[in-house]
Amino acid sequence: MNKIESPEESRKELDKIVSDLSRSMVKKDELTRFWFFILIMFAGVGLWGWIIQVKNGLGVTGMGDYVSWGLYVANFVFFVAVSLVGLLISSVLQLLKFSWAKPVSRAAEQIAIATVALAGIIIVMDMGRPDRLLNVFFHGRFASPIVWDLTVVSTYLAISVLLFYIPLIPDLALLRDRPAPGIPKWKLKLYKVLALGWKGNDQQYKTVAHAVRVLMILIIPIGLSIHTVTSWLFAATLRPGWDSTIFGPYFVIGAFVAGTAGVIILMYVYRVRYGLKEYFEDLHFDNMGKLLVLVCLVYLYFNINEFMVPVYKMKLADGVHLKTLFSGGYAFLFWFVQIVGLILPIVLIVMKFFRKPLPLSIISAVVLVSAWFKRYLIVIPTMEHPFLPVQNVPEHFHHYQPTSTEIMIMLFSFFASLLIISILAKLFPVITIWEYAEDKGIDKKYLSEKTENSQP
Amino acid sequence: MSACNRVEQVAGDQITLLTSSGELVVVDKAQLKPAELPSLSENQERGREGLPGRSWVMVIDLSRCRNARECMKACQSHHQLRPEQHHINVLQMQDTEDTAPYFMPKPCQHCDNPPCTKVCPVNATFKREDGIVLIDNERCIGCRFCIAACPYSARVFNWFEPRDAEQYEGVTYNIEANVPQKKGTISKCLFSADRLRDGKLPSCVSACPNGVYWFGDRNEDAVTNGTTKETVSFSELVKKGAAYTLMKELGTKPRVYYLPPKDRAYPYEGDLS
Repeated sequence: MNKIESPEESRKELDKIVSDLSRSMVKKDELTRFWFFILIMFAGVGLWGWIIQVKNGLGVTGMGDYVSWGLYVANFVFFVAVSLVGLLISSVLQLLKFSWAKPVSRAAEQIAIATVALAGIIIVMDMGRPDRLLNVFFHGRFASPIVWDLTVVSTYLAISVLLFYIPLIPDLALLRDRPAPGIPKWKLKLYKVLALGWKGNDQQYKTVAHAVRVLMILIIPIGLSIHTVTSWLFAATLRPGWDSTIFGPYFVIGAFVAGTAGVIILMYVYRVRYGLKEYFEDLHFDNMGKLLVLVCLVYLYFNINEFMVPVYKMKLADGVHLKTLFSGGYAFLFWFVQIVGLILPIVLIVMKFFRKPLPLSIISAVVLVSAWFKRYLIVIPTMEHPFLPVQNVPEHFHHYQPTSTEIMIMLFSFFASLLIISILAKLFPVITIWEYAEDKGIDKKYLSEKTENSQP
Repeated sequence: MSACNRVEQVAGDQITLLTSSGELVVVDKAQLKPAELPSLSENQERGREGLPGRSWVMVIDLSRCRNARECMKACQSHHQLRPEQHHINVLQMQDTEDTAPYFMPKPCQHCDNPPCTKVCPVNATFKREDGIVLIDNERCIGCRFCIAACPYSARVFNWFEPRDAEQYEGVTYNIEANVPQKKGTISKCLFSADRLRDGKLPSCVSACPNGVYWFGDRNEDAVTNGTTKETVSFSELVKKGAAYTLMKELGTKPRVYYLPPKDRAYPYEGDLS
């Protein structure tokens, strides 16, 4: 990268970057208000649904003694899946020195924090006795995959928050010292506190670089664990459709598909909404598109393994399960997910045109929606076909049909996660400023300069 | 107050009682004390240990089942279950197209390698020394992982407030019968562990009018028929009858044995042809 020599030019360039990247924190129009209104309203309605559920019992959902896990668990798996992109982009790609991925990593961390937090919340909402949550600590049994899941999900959340916060510290100091016009006073005060008295000397940058590196390495085993253990919630049982040895890696790669699609959509929203064309460039979309093709191809390979091998043998119980997926009641959804959600995106994104921001974002939206339905297909059909016949129970125990309360609670989880992302984007820059400025050739010494309207 | 009571007790009259050995005895009412019921914690503790030296087994004779459903009724009333909740469920089965359909009562199999207890995050469901798989509804968090893990669909959940919840409000919970049932927790067949403690056969076994159930102790090698009260050797019954266990290939090692439906006592009158 070329170094910018002249101080005036450096300062001018830095001011432009700060003002561009502060736009998400400054922008305050009707659309912003409307967006937050919608998010809070739906999240609130969903919470109200949960209160009804706690009062009347889990029977207000469509679940029964046979399909005893439904939308909530499918949603939990979906959220854990999407959150894994934090590991892929802000750790694996950075450690492999893909420098283009740097500006994307904060968006990836926003998604990771929001989704893993909601994964934790939705699973509590699925409990019959949320009031006894602490029993998991008082009477925890280490043989249960749920205990493993709880351990790694909370660790992943903690590391993701640190991985979001630590590289943010120099940015907070920068905003404290060089505030862009229009940032409200209370936010500046917040930055001052959160900047922890950052001075910007070499030693401090070294410490940050070191800490981030340690976290990037730590998050790899933790991240792989959360999705592997989540897959074991199913693979640890004897049921056809779940009793699979490849569930761990199958879930992990599926997670990368969902998460990459999620990050592409978020990049596009930031690019359009906050005028960040020069930051989330066409190059980023091009590369993210290539990444999406790669993970989709690997996922396709796993799908072929997961379905072809049992289809070839057609063991009795497996056969019943596979028939409902291939030609039975779930056939439309199954083939939609496989063809529209996986094969078609691969075919399209291979072409350069479809890696342009808008087409790629549209394809990513389709991939993300299919990824949700894929989780639904993993959880529900298997439960509808236990080994022994379902008899002498009410009709609604035979087939799962989510109720409106259940859908309300699911919407809560979606809107609450979007709310977290929106709040993070309103509070903090969506791209790491100091890293970006450094890559543009601005010397670090200009970053810690104070301007006249800086916080005392 | 205590003085008043004493006066009353001294003046109290006599009462005739039947002892467990069958004698009639006359006791002064003043001598009577209400029987001490075990407290919740005592009950939980002894419920987790089980009955020492015992190893309960059940043998179900499929040739004798005619779907009378007396077992299901007795069970639902004993365990305060709603009509859709079955600790024992009489299923209509047909193994292949060419073979004859039959009725199969299906309780919890009380596996010796139970998939359900393994996955429980809080040790709310557990295996006792006498072989019974039990649930502590005071501890269960309602995650339903055990339902997902059980290949026999033996477990039910209290999706709503349990049956007659108001009637049983305040009654001390009995871990060996899962009563009163608790909202948001799991329930399933317990081999009527509370009745076993009192030396009785499980509710379903006693209620059967057709001699389907044999129940007993593997350590004693004896099982008793709930209908005829006949006691025979367990090992001989299962050997001679060519008994089998459900889905033995899963490695769950059930404690419930089935005698195949041959030489039937009654014709099959069900929905399958």
